[in-house]
Amino acid sequence: MNAPVPGLKPTTYIGQDVPRPNAKRLLAGRGQYVDDIRLPRELHAAFVRSPHAHAKIVHLNLDAARKAKGVFWCGSGVDVARAVSPWVGVLTHFKGLKSAPQYAVALERATWQGEAVAVVVAQTRAQAEDAAQLVEVDYDPLPAVTNMETALDPATPVIHADLGDNLAFTRGVDTGGVQDVFAGAHLVVEDTFRFGRHTGVCLEPRAITADFNPSEQQLTVYLGNQAPHMMRDIFAKHLDLPESHVRVISRDVGGSFGIKVHVYPDEMAIAGIAKLLGRPIRYLADRLESFSTDIHAREHLVKAKLATDKDGRILAFELDDLTGIGPYSVYPRTSAVEGNQVVNLTGGPYDFKHYLANLKVVFQNKTPTCQYRAVGHPIAVAVTEGLVDLAAQKLRLDPAEFRRRNLIADDNYPYTSASGLKFEALSHHACLDKLLKLMDYKGLRAEQQALRAKGIHRGIGLAALIEVTNPSALFYGVGGARISAQDGCTLRLEPTGWVTALTGVTEQGQGTEGMIAQVVASAVGIPVEHVRVITGDTDVTPYGGGTWASRAAGIGGEAALMAGHTLKANILALAAAILTRDAAGLDLRAAQIVDAATGEVLLPLAEAARIGQYRPDTLPRAFQPELTVSRQYGQRDWPFVFTNGIQASYVEVDTDTGFVKLLKHWMVEDCGTIINPLLVDEQLRGGIAQGIGGALFEECLYDDTGQLLNATMADYLVPMAAEMPDMVIGHVCTPTKSSELGAKGAGEAGTAGAPAAVMNAINDALSTLSARVTEQPFTPERILRALGKV
Amino acid sequence: MENAFQLAVKVNGADVAKTVEPRTHLIDFLRNDLGLTGSHIGCEHGVCGACTVLVNGEIVRGCLTLACQTHGAEVETVEGLTESGLIADLQTAFHQRNALQCGYCTPGMLVCATALLTEKPHATREEIREYLSGNFCRCTGYEAIVDAIETTAKNRAAGKQLAATNNAEAA
Repeated sequence: MNAPVPGLKPTTYIGQDVPRPNAKRLLAGRGQYVDDIRLPRELHAAFVRSPHAHAKIVHLNLDAARKAKGVFWCGSGVDVARAVSPWVGVLTHFKGLKSAPQYAVALERATWQGEAVAVVVAQTRAQAEDAAQLVEVDYDPLPAVTNMETALDPATPVIHADLGDNLAFTRGVDTGGVQDVFAGAHLVVEDTFRFGRHTGVCLEPRAITADFNPSEQQLTVYLGNQAPHMMRDIFAKHLDLPESHVRVISRDVGGSFGIKVHVYPDEMAIAGIAKLLGRPIRYLADRLESFSTDIHAREHLVKAKLATDKDGRILAFELDDLTGIGPYSVYPRTSAVEGNQVVNLTGGPYDFKHYLANLKVVFQNKTPTCQYRAVGHPIAVAVTEGLVDLAAQKLRLDPAEFRRRNLIADDNYPYTSASGLKFEALSHHACLDKLLKLMDYKGLRAEQQALRAKGIHRGIGLAALIEVTNPSALFYGVGGARISAQDGCTLRLEPTGWVTALTGVTEQGQGTEGMIAQVVASAVGIPVEHVRVITGDTDVTPYGGGTWASRAAGIGGEAALMAGHTLKANILALAAAILTRDAAGLDLRAAQIVDAATGEVLLPLAEAARIGQYRPDTLPRAFQPELTVSRQYGQRDWPFVFTNGIQASYVEVDTDTGFVKLLKHWMVEDCGTIINPLLVDEQLRGGIAQGIGGALFEECLYDDTGQLLNATMADYLVPMAAEMPDMVIGHVCTPTKSSELGAKGAGEAGTAGAPAAVMNAINDALSTLSARVTEQPFTPERILRALGKV
Repeated sequence: MENAFQLAVKVNGADVAKTVEPRTHLIDFLRNDLGLTGSHIGCEHGVCGACTVLVNGEIVRGCLTLACQTHGAEVETVEGLTESGLIADLQTAFHQRNALQCGYCTPGMLVCATALLTEKPHATREEIREYLSGNFCRCTGYEAIVDAIETTAKNRAAGKQLAATNNAEAA
């Protein structure tokens, strides 16, 4: 008799640092980004762009360009409009939001510097660019609306006459009685916060190759994009094709951050021209085009007030937010969302009842703005945390203690915020406690004091935050947007016992494919190496929303988990038929069918799969193995599943030069179930870096005529390796009960809180010098001005 | 082709003879003429480092170098470094540490790190950060990249130490 074999125990990859399988090909230079894909007979496009922020197109002469070497086709806005219908970026749940019809290529008028006015298609990209320079355009420059503060003045020209004025959207929140609370408060602090325009600076510029096959009326679009199914719907609608005749393929995507989830006129034009010409058309934005035509974000001017009682308890917030969005509300998500989020999220971590907010969203002749990583959060968090620190300072309370008195108690859930947000379960106090311990807050304060005596100005800044994740259909669907609020996962058991997973959520580097593989492997009971994940192809993946609003793990992961459970049950039913045993007594562990009670190995999964595929004749007549399953999941318990966290920044300010040195950064975050700590931590670190960029370096600078002044990477500064500090990450884990997996999102919390933490740290460093900065980015010049040195 | 240039260059160890336009940038030559799409186009004005390759062992920007400038030179790209196995340890360290997200900057980072590890095999974290200052990564915040390079440097130093000890013992 053989010695007893130790039984297999169930294993899970949830919570394990599994390196991403798809990263290996990227490390070998074998990625397949859009510009790496070559198609037979492809042509290259270049755009002619308006040098004016606002101008009438008087005359367009394409003759010289048409004769240029290698040129195949040239077209104006009217030519492109024959293939692409215009769109209007409004949704019904943003009541009163208005915008004008936008064309892929401007028809009679350019409304921002960089808007395309003509397209040239040639044999090579260089030839197309050469010929684009030969396009003659006569412009009649019009007055440009650039300053959002005067956009609504009667003397300011109206950009779209049909709309009546330059007000795109407005929204108010009034819980009632707010003015009385402010009038009777022990302390009222107020300040004005300015936020510079940012853009995403994805390292891979926007890229598209569109191929149209006239005989089948089939459009195939290779697109660096986060939401391929949304884009399929939009290409179909505006190119007048049946949706099933459009295939969108998003293989490797070189960074997205929300930049690649919008409808860009350039991409619509390329797809339309492909349909007109019946040839593959390629376009890769150059960096100047990226800066002037990728969406911008975050240009806000906020005046805000905070009231407290004598014990430092927050009584009320008041907010007045003005934001400029460019000449059009961007399609289809609209440009109302960012300001709307600022109104929703301000004061978010704190327990208070009275709130008065007013939002104005205005049109300008600048690059259109729309959702960019952590939409609205960095603004709301900076305003909230800036006022919180100011109140603590006035009350001579330690900033950590002030937060302890005001953060929503960890046992006070579910909770509805003053702005109406619903929180399922957050952990602000647990996160604060963990953060203070992690950073040795007391020790750091002592070090700060000691160095102050030596004339070294260091500061510590805290920033508590909430993050919108796992959105329900209330985000877009209810307003009429054809953006899926659910995602699906299809699992196919291969005859080898391996599993192919097809998912609607997409990968832009977050680790979506690795995360899905871990969930599927855990649910089915197979090694993670036995799962192959396919994303980003509308012909094969289940319909779904894609990756945005920190939803891939929470929504896509849950669908994968449900599919995994179902496939496992089907496999056990098959095994039961083979083994003539009761399925309830079986389990699948490490790719082996085992006795559930003892773990004894009964049958390799590969053998069960072989029989299921090739020898169903050996199974009972009534039994049909089901070896491909699909499951879908949409989060329906809450409008959004919020996460929370808190960050801390430690900086040193050189009061002679105004330079800020980032010494260290900490973050404690609660994203519920962590599927892969390695991936979550790097999402947080990358997010923090992007937030720091906005706090210290990044701003799209315009002159009064609407000329973008710094549209190169040498002039628009982003954090590089030498500027970044090391970042310490900690976690608290409160799984959401809205799903079995319990995962919430983690993609945006870093970006949400970092600017506020850095701002508060700088102001803490400057506090003994009676200086304060509230205008981002905090450049050396602005710091020296605050110090009165320039 | 106007003023066609007869380019002879060794790319990843293989002799290449191609006719190019004088204005063709090295990055476009590698990607379009040779199909070496591992090196990427990021900014096309020499700032982001996505197109970093080795020319005669020195790191250069493929977007600021004309293909014809490499006449008679040896060019190495991420594909060549990968296939030779020279950076397998560095790639493993990147993979284990998740020192890449979207991966678009990664080939340039690897080439830059290859030069760093040759020039400064005992680089400190600060020196690594400084050396990478011409390579933009929007995804990671750089810490994981610094970690992966530091790990590789330490492992290589330990490996050399071990080899030296073994050689000494053998002698």
